Amino acid sequence: MKGTRNTADDTGAGPSTSTTQDRRPRRGRAVVRALEGWAAAFRLKLNAGELGSLPVVLVLVAVWVVFQILNENFLSPRNLSNLSVDIVGTGLIAVGVVFVLLIGQIDLSVGSISGLAAALFAVLNVNNGVPEWLALIIAVVSGTAVGTIQGFSFARTRVPAFVVTLAGLLTWNGLMLYILGTSGTINLDENGLVAKLTSYYFTNDAAAYGLAAVGAGLVFIASYQDRRRRKAVGMPHRSLREIGVRTGGLAVVAFVAAFVLNRFQGLPLAFLIFLVAVAGLDVVLRRTRYGRQVYALGGGVEAARRASLRVVRVQTAVLAVSGTMAAIGGLFLASRITSVSQASGGGVLLLNAIAAAVIGGTSLFGGRGTTWSAVLGILVIESVASGMAITDTPVAVQFMITGGVLFAAVVIDSLSRRTQEAHGRA
Amino acid sequence: MPAPPLLALRGVSKRFGVVHVLEDIELEIRAGQVVALMGDNGAGKSTLVKVISGVSPADKGVIEWEGRTVHIRRPHDARDLGIATVYQDLALCGNLDVVGNLFLGREIRRYGFLDEVEMERRTRDLLEHLATGVPDLRAPVVSLSSGQRQTVAIARSLLGNPRVLLLDEPTAALGLQQTTEVLDLVDRLRDRGLGVLLISHNMGDVKALADRAAVLRLGRNNGFFDVNTASQEQIISSITGATQNVPRRTAFREEW
Repeated sequence: MKGTRNTADDTGAGPSTSTTQDRRPRRGRAVVRALEGWAAAFRLKLNAGELGSLPVVLVLVAVWVVFQILNENFLSPRNLSNLSVDIVGTGLIAVGVVFVLLIGQIDLSVGSISGLAAALFAVLNVNNGVPEWLALIIAVVSGTAVGTIQGFSFARTRVPAFVVTLAGLLTWNGLMLYILGTSGTINLDENGLVAKLTSYYFTNDAAAYGLAAVGAGLVFIASYQDRRRRKAVGMPHRSLREIGVRTGGLAVVAFVAAFVLNRFQGLPLAFLIFLVAVAGLDVVLRRTRYGRQVYALGGGVEAARRASLRVVRVQTAVLAVSGTMAAIGGLFLASRITSVSQASGGGVLLLNAIAAAVIGGTSLFGGRGTTWSAVLGILVIESVASGMAITDTPVAVQFMITGGVLFAAVVIDSLSRRTQEAHGRA
Repeated sequence: MPAPPLLALRGVSKRFGVVHVLEDIELEIRAGQVVALMGDNGAGKSTLVKVISGVSPADKGVIEWEGRTVHIRRPHDARDLGIATVYQDLALCGNLDVVGNLFLGREIRRYGFLDEVEMERRTRDLLEHLATGVPDLRAPVVSLSSGQRQTVAIARSLLGNPRVLLLDEPTAALGLQQTTEVLDLVDRLRDRGLGVLLISHNMGDVKALADRAAVLRLGRNNGFFDVNTASQEQIISSITGATQNVPRRTAFREEW
């Protein structure tokens, strides 16, 4: 995001001034500004000079407008609420992929790991009567373990993660089929814990509004504290007005979302978990030593090594995170259809997860991106899928459109990277 | 008997496969002294820096720190001793900002989370001492000019109050003005009692700044000089190997 801290008073147009009819450019700018502020509140200064999440937000708006024109039910509370649950499974996997992309690697095994975890849960719980909570923990830990194994092999042997996880893709898929054996499809308990993950809604209106208020409040307090400490030691800081505009923008988006969700069945549990996971991992990435090391590895492994980082440990941990998130995502996907079959974790899942991270603005070259990019990316992908379904468009077209969006995202990533480098040389 | 040197290498050897990159290297760095490490391309200068900084440890030989033997197996060890390194390629993470690079590997934390405010404040204070043009602290390093990056790299090396500073070609990528700034800085660091190992191709820099010059040739010591008394020709002929029957270890060595 540009000029976030030093340019305290460059905001001519806040959202409140955007009502004047005769000043369209100004009004457009105010909207863009609000969106920018919303995204920027979550982004690190690392992104200075970047386009940020603006392109993907525009794509998302365009997708929504087009489908709303094609079918007036697209933006209905029911469809948007379903969308908010549909994105969770793949979205969680994509968040794990963001970690791997940040260190400049790629994890091709997340689809297989998600299927493996789901199969493990189903076989343990349904076929062998293991209590749900225990089976759930075992499934998630198995994802962590598998990720750790892959990460350690990749970090130690220095074989690119691409190859290690390609082997993993086959291995874990094979293991899943082995575990499922001849049982084919296993149906989960419709009222069980895992099924509830995606079927439970907080029907009380207060839940969604409360979440919106807490979210906006936390962001405001964090920015305000930051400003106070900076001011105390005489450092450049954001103006109160800028903080207000940012948190205000965020609050507007959050409350509109809450309003829409409450018009259907309330706040979905799955969506809540998704947001908490994304926000939590965002804090890990941007505000902890471990996160800083992840970014550093994306900026240059050798530089990181010379700065006395324990490269093997960080790389292993990154793939462990992606394995864990894949397992959790796999459970949500299984929960959505309350069954696990030999097709679980297959198909376009892997590609969608990687595409979501990249479309959202995480760089394939490593070192740039946040967990929120996975949210934006998966929203685009699932919106296209949902819009296609609602307008009875064949899947073939859906693939082509998603492919086009992904291609555009990669080109934008590459161009912005080149611009930055050219800028650096000048 | 004077105080032992801050850092001394005794018979340090390093090989990559069958190639002996460094053989029986002797070197001493004393506090308040700038030692120039000179040599032609492939003489092993950069390898020697990596040995001392723990990036690629020595196979054989002894490293002494203030007279006692130490083991430097990884960058962490060197840093804990008080050895800081500015690499030729600077070894910065282009995607991290100035503050992030400076504190990489030794982040300041507050309640377990990164304390960006404190880190930024210290960065600002440090850079104000070092450079005239303080770059935007929150710009990714990739967007800085080469001179600014050099400043960042040097600032990072000074952050932990090191006692020995290794500078690998610190002025190679710089213009005249910036070169002068860096050399002035090295001068000030010497006055503060740091030992500096300066790798340079530039005889002018060495003459202006260094107290001693150690010459490497094909991975071996090829002479030690007092920069103030030795002639430029002597040093250059030692670098190029123009002297006949190169005395490998002792003959050309003057009293330190």
